[in-house]
Amino acid sequence: MATIEIEHVTKIYPNGSEAVSDLSLDVADGEFMVLVGPSGCGKTTTLRMVAGLEDISEGAVRVGERVVNDLSPRDRDMAMVFQNYALYPHMTVAENIGFALKLRKLPKEEIREKVEEAARILGLSEHLRRKPGQLSGGQRQRVAMGRAIVREPAVFLMDEPLSNLDAKLRVQMRAEISRIQRRLGVATLYVTHDQIEAMTMGDRVAVLSAGTLQQCDAPQALYDAPANLFVAAFIGSPAMNLYQAALDPDGGGVRVGKQMLELPARQRDDRALAPFRGEDVVVGIRPEDLSDATLLTGATSERQHLVGTVELVEALGSEKLVHFRLEAEHVRGLQSVVAGHDDAEGLEAGEISAAANVNGVARVEPASRLRAGEQARFVVATDRLHLFDPTSGNALSGPVARIEQAS
Amino acid sequence: MSAHAGSEPGATALVRAPARARRVPRRLPTGWKLVREILFYLLVLLAVAISLFPFYWILRTSLETNAEVAQGVGGANGLLPPHLSFDAYSNDFTQQHFLTPLLNSAIVALGATVVTVVVASLAGYALARLPIRGAGAILGFILVAGFFPVLAIVGPLFLLLKELSLLDNIYPLIIIYLVYTLPIATWLLKNFFAQIPKDLEEAALVDGATRLQALRKVVIPVAVPGVFTAGILAFILAWNDFTFAVSFLETPSHFTAPLSIVNFGQSQFQVFYNRVDAAVVIITIPIALLVLFAQRRIVAGLTAGSFR
Repeated sequence: MATIEIEHVTKIYPNGSEAVSDLSLDVADGEFMVLVGPSGCGKTTTLRMVAGLEDISEGAVRVGERVVNDLSPRDRDMAMVFQNYALYPHMTVAENIGFALKLRKLPKEEIREKVEEAARILGLSEHLRRKPGQLSGGQRQRVAMGRAIVREPAVFLMDEPLSNLDAKLRVQMRAEISRIQRRLGVATLYVTHDQIEAMTMGDRVAVLSAGTLQQCDAPQALYDAPANLFVAAFIGSPAMNLYQAALDPDGGGVRVGKQMLELPARQRDDRALAPFRGEDVVVGIRPEDLSDATLLTGATSERQHLVGTVELVEALGSEKLVHFRLEAEHVRGLQSVVAGHDDAEGLEAGEISAAANVNGVARVEPASRLRAGEQARFVVATDRLHLFDPTSGNALSGPVARIEQAS
Repeated sequence: MSAHAGSEPGATALVRAPARARRVPRRLPTGWKLVREILFYLLVLLAVAISLFPFYWILRTSLETNAEVAQGVGGANGLLPPHLSFDAYSNDFTQQHFLTPLLNSAIVALGATVVTVVVASLAGYALARLPIRGAGAILGFILVAGFFPVLAIVGPLFLLLKELSLLDNIYPLIIIYLVYTLPIATWLLKNFFAQIPKDLEEAALVDGATRLQALRKVVIPVAVPGVFTAGILAFILAWNDFTFAVSFLETPSHFTAPLSIVNFGQSQFQVFYNRVDAAVVIITIPIALLVLFAQRRIVAGLTAGSFR
């Protein structure tokens, strides 16, 4: 049982490319820390540096109190579950799970006991004599987990273990992994590109982009108080609607295209917004903060409405996702995440491009009668608007007062 | 406990065959389709016959007596010999002392094979895994050596061996064969190792193995098909060589098998085809056995299931 401390770690490849830049992160004993981000953001590289499979260019990695920079993987007392499972094909399941113990020269009886115990926890008891080639994807994944847990390591490392499973199995295994990790109480570093996995499994989630840490927080804090545009667009599905806007000179409202949205007193008086009065800002509205005006009975003012044209309505049964177009400019300088991505595979870390024909998405009640081609009037929960600095991308003001993160 | 324990219901259905399989009777094709199928099988038969006929003839001739050989083919001595006689075989071993050349061949071929497999494995692994600058060029250079025409280097090698007083000796042959076996074996093994995902070794490293242990316990067992293939190719190349043997060996007791065959077919009055052919059959047996034995090892699906 131990902690992981990543201190100002940088990874520079021989060809000069910097995969990880000055990353600092702590994982407490027993904590489930998720590293999430699009392809190429450096999360797997970070994991491999912690494992000892990649050299650390600068900085230090500590496990427990030991600096492990120069230790080979076998001396770091860590177990790793690979994305492709990497099971030994010529060995049976029992031999696969017991391999590490055999290397450590434990007595046969003890190895057998531990393997059987791990198999029991994972429901693999009847498959011990089989070879990996005879197992289904989910079973192989569990063998990979078994190989890790049987070693009772100080730290678990997991590299996108669920990405090769079908959707249903993924949901099942997500719960399994969480359950096992909680039961074993071992510090875990888990890498994924799927923000849903990150949100559901992590005690804390570290969002990476282009090798830099964007924000590290509990899932709900990431959702309610994203630190910058990247996190805001990345976390949450469907993604947050982000628009170029202009803050009123008196700070009481924000202009999106030709429409005005009022800001609550709290934000009007927010000191962080003062320098931006009369200037450009980026406004973010979560899909669930938009409601179909025709369904609401209470009185709302014009300054709480947004009018747009409906492009597409997706009926999910429990709700409807309305894709709409506003007479406003989607945020410049950030590749459009807002096409309903569930995970970040479509993102290129740090890529800049104009977002021209991207629609906003609203989550409305299933009773809504909005149809494609129609004009829609949405009521905006104006007390839940996010405002960002358009040049730096940093968050200026949001619905929840942000807790200073100790990363 | 939880509903997740145990394999998913769908998975077991995959593994067990359905209880009662519906057997659809296969109907013979009729009409034009029938004609096409007959023609197809006839062609296959023809191809097989043409390929196997030379060897059949050799086998058949090896079972003739000397008299039948002198008589020539025709009449009673047609496609099938009138008697089955093993005289040629026994003669080969007793009077022609075929055993010695066989042993020489075995020594040389096995020697070349063992060295090839060990060196090519290490070289192939290094070229596939280690970040060597110009690895492609190195492999290309190695391959070029293997394509060099044999007859072109026989002359210079003869002079070299003469200088070193190593003529008429089978052991230098082992090294000479390496010139041709190593390139192919290295290339084959390099490609083979390259296909084995790095994850496998990394998993072994994280599990507590040293690099050498990872190699020994994980990589090599998975690479066995490739190693066997390389070994077979090397063996066949070394075993069948004639050019180098005929150029560098003089004393009959030093001959390798292909070389010795030439000799005991000749006499002043008759060419003993039956003895020659018997020797050919004997020579082919080890190769046939080797391929049969190794075919089981070359199982493509060995790495199936390791990933995803």
